[in-house]
Amino acid sequence: MLEINWGVKMKKIMVAAVVLAAIGVGVYLLINEQKKEVVRVGYMTTLSGGAGIIGKQMQNAVQLALEHKGGRLGGMEAEVIFVDDQRKPDVAKQLANRLVKSDRVDVVAGIIWSNVLMAVIKPITRSDTLLIGSNAGPSPIAGEQCHENFFSMSWQNDQTPEAMGKHMQDAGVKSVYLMAPNYQAGKDMLSGFKRYFKGEIAGEVYTKLGQSDFQAELSSLRAAAPETTMVFQPGGMGINFVKQWKQSGLDQVSKLYQVFSVDAVSLPALKDAALGILGTQSWSPDLDNDINRKFVADYKAKHGGYPSYYAAQAYDTILAIDHAIATSGSKDTDQMRAVLAKGNIPTTRGLLKMNSNHFPVQNFYLRDTVKDADGVVTTKVLSTVFADHADSYAANCKF
Amino acid sequence: MTSTLILEQTFNGLQAGVTLFLVAAGLTLILGIMDFVFLAHGAQVMIGAYFAAAITAASDNFYLGILLAIPLTFASGYVLEFLVIRHLYRRDHMEQVLATFGLILFFNELIRIGFGPAALYSDLPPSLSGFVEILPDTPYPAYRLGVIGVGFACALAIHLFVSRTRIGAMVRAGANNSEMTAALGVNIRILFRLIFAAGACFAGVAGMLLGPLTAVQPGMGEPLLILSLVVIIIGGIGSVRGAFIAAIIVGLVDTLGRVFLPGLLRLVFDQATADGAGPALASMLVYILMAVVLIFRPTGLFPAKG
Repeated sequence: MLEINWGVKMKKIMVAAVVLAAIGVGVYLLINEQKKEVVRVGYMTTLSGGAGIIGKQMQNAVQLALEHKGGRLGGMEAEVIFVDDQRKPDVAKQLANRLVKSDRVDVVAGIIWSNVLMAVIKPITRSDTLLIGSNAGPSPIAGEQCHENFFSMSWQNDQTPEAMGKHMQDAGVKSVYLMAPNYQAGKDMLSGFKRYFKGEIAGEVYTKLGQSDFQAELSSLRAAAPETTMVFQPGGMGINFVKQWKQSGLDQVSKLYQVFSVDAVSLPALKDAALGILGTQSWSPDLDNDINRKFVADYKAKHGGYPSYYAAQAYDTILAIDHAIATSGSKDTDQMRAVLAKGNIPTTRGLLKMNSNHFPVQNFYLRDTVKDADGVVTTKVLSTVFADHADSYAANCKF
Repeated sequence: MTSTLILEQTFNGLQAGVTLFLVAAGLTLILGIMDFVFLAHGAQVMIGAYFAAAITAASDNFYLGILLAIPLTFASGYVLEFLVIRHLYRRDHMEQVLATFGLILFFNELIRIGFGPAALYSDLPPSLSGFVEILPDTPYPAYRLGVIGVGFACALAIHLFVSRTRIGAMVRAGANNSEMTAALGVNIRILFRLIFAAGACFAGVAGMLLGPLTAVQPGMGEPLLILSLVVIIIGGIGSVRGAFIAAIIVGLVDTLGRVFLPGLLRLVFDQATADGAGPALASMLVYILMAVVLIFRPTGLFPAKG
């Protein structure tokens, strides 16, 4: 009896010891876990296909930003998962779900295309994950369909052509011929332009998305002989358009202005053909601030060519995450959101202000295409068209 | 004013048409004679353009680039047939689609590894960067006139080769009935390999000619592939003559439709409707044309199989 009791007691002590040990190990692991807290970022861009060069530049910039931060974001160990959306909204949606649900990332960032952003914004923001856009800025996201968990580190689509329209209006241009691809961003760009340009629209031509030969449109343009021409032809289309414009000798017929069509992605393929073409942009490699100088110099040293605005915005996206974690001391969505919403984010464009719809309020510059001291073709800021320019949709955004 | 514009646009249409023909000529023979569904034909365009652009960049001589790129593209087509394609003839069409779709991805990645994802720099040779007056006061780029000339010359050469030579007779016989041709003692394997390499070579020439006009980048040939499939369906599968006529028609319809349709719609509808529907309808025109041809001539305009 006594012996049996002793046995039961022994058993109880053993169980208690095991439980205590387990709790101890658990607490130890928990403390350790908190000590080396890891922030996980899912970075979505287009790495394959014709637009792969854009994604490559963004990936380079993200990696450079991490290098500059010693592999940490806001002091926490950082892990970036790159995913390739293949420029397809359906693929992007699957990847977004994977990042949020199975990879359990703390922040999703990147995204080049407006249609891709429209496809992924809901699944990401609704799962209480921050989404920080590095490029696309479709108007619904800045207005009625805005979400408090979305931040843009680029611009709203209309703003850059608005600056072009403002510049051409101020320069006394009387008449313009417009050309853009036939899709939503193309139409947004031209309507943004027309918001500030009040002269005559000599022609408005929508080309096929992905068109490679513009000779037919250029023949018509020559016949119309407009005073000026303003185009939006991003990526490879910009290379084709500018090449064929020069080859057709249209400089003698009309003066060419552009948005998003001549930049560090297309310049290596265009070289001298792009010299003297004016455009507007919120960033330029020659913007004079410490962060930008370091970014451009190190990017050139590492990759042997100028970064594009895509790369600069990707770099700024990582800086924003770093800033949010460093200031709030946490990777918690609410706390990071509160920091970013206040603005004053250190970027390659200086301290970036944030509007009430989480889109930046920033300067837009007139850029010329010139040769640098080494004879490499690049862009240079000529003047500031808009200072602290806000987009026109923020009033419709209610979180 | 308008008539000179129509003339200029007709030249643009011809130039687009002969480029399409160069791609479609090989494709129609591969599909018609070898009964092989080859989706990676657009990759041959890209390979030709990269060979020419790389050699031009290294030698600083556009003509040398083209001259060396032609045998290189022929050789790459020959090797591709020997290594991959010949093992697929006996497979059904669905498997050929899958395998050759895989080849598209393979070649795009190969080019990306070799040359990087950025577009290559390529420009017109100085000797062809001027203008020719096709009518007084109607300057037309000399290079594009040259493209039209080369395209017509290639079409004539293919026509003479197919209709006048002994190998051409074998090709025609193969298009009509390949088993009977083989039974008559023609080495159909070698014939297939030569046809495939020649087809790759003509597509490569299209790429070389397009190089100075457009961005030389991975995947540059794929938009051409879709249009050239339309061409061979309209022209009749296996018929080089059909491919030529259909390519010119498609080039003209696409170009003239794109340019003049929005204006014509504006005469009937209000501005907003015309601006919305014009470009959309223009990009559908060639497919509508294909549908109409298929309704009245289900085997195309010039069917090769009797």
